[in-house]
Amino acid sequence: MIYLLFGYFATVSILAGVFTIALKNPVHCGLSLLALLLHVAGLFVMLNAEFLAAVQIIVYAGAILILYLFVLMLLNLKTEEQFLHKKYPFFLFAGVAILGELLILIFQTPYGGIKGKVTPEVLLNVGPSHAIGITMFSDYLLLFEIVGVFLLGAVIGAIVLAKPSPTPESAGDGPTEVIKS
Amino acid sequence: MIPLSAYVALSAILFITGLLGVLIRRNFIIVLMSVEIMLNAANINLVAFSHYLESMAGQMAALFVIAIAAGEAAVGLAIIIVVFRGKIATNVDQINLLKW
Repeated sequence: MIYLLFGYFATVSILAGVFTIALKNPVHCGLSLLALLLHVAGLFVMLNAEFLAAVQIIVYAGAILILYLFVLMLLNLKTEEQFLHKKYPFFLFAGVAILGELLILIFQTPYGGIKGKVTPEVLLNVGPSHAIGITMFSDYLLLFEIVGVFLLGAVIGAIVLAKPSPTPESAGDGPTEVIKS
Repeated sequence: MIPLSAYVALSAILFITGLLGVLIRRNFIIVLMSVEIMLNAANINLVAFSHYLESMAGQMAALFVIAIAAGEAAVGLAIIIVVFRGKIATNVDQINLLKW
């Protein structure tokens, strides 16, 4: 049963990934990216990361993908005849060659390492979101703060970039300097 | 129990898919979507190792990767809007202002 589920999620996510880069219409690409994200969330559930699966669906599928679809709607892109790069057979060959070598190396590698304290039983007892919260606000507190500052910077950068550039007569009265596009 | 190498192989396949998308597509937005595929592949890897090594570190890293991806999408799409509005280019290979 678990093999069946893994096979389903893996196959659909690979297919959706291929469709994302292969389809012509950008909206279709966005929808197959949505399928990919949802199936990756399913894989997270299989790996005992339920909180991360919920975050994946809320943040990726609910926020980032909607942002992409909004930009697609605003820009009104026309589907072009030549939607691939001119030298794409070369890149395709190089990518498939790298993938083959990677897969050979991956299946030869003996995996191992020092095991931590969070066994599945512990995770089941305390609950996944409780375990993540305790870890995040104790060991990873500094990283958490840094990510907060980073997100603030990203918000300010996006607003500054997306602001319309000022007309010549009103350029002098702004309190701050605006990036000229 | 599914072997760890299955998850790592799936992640490698998805990563190469995203890399190919960045390399062969000409549309800006599809290129950014391919970057999201690559970030997702890295997330699968991190969570799989976190599960098999029974540690919380991989899940935390995946959570931070998702936060970074949100910021990257916001700033990248803002740059795309600027490029389109200034009629600088409509495809990735037409942006060559910084090319030497």
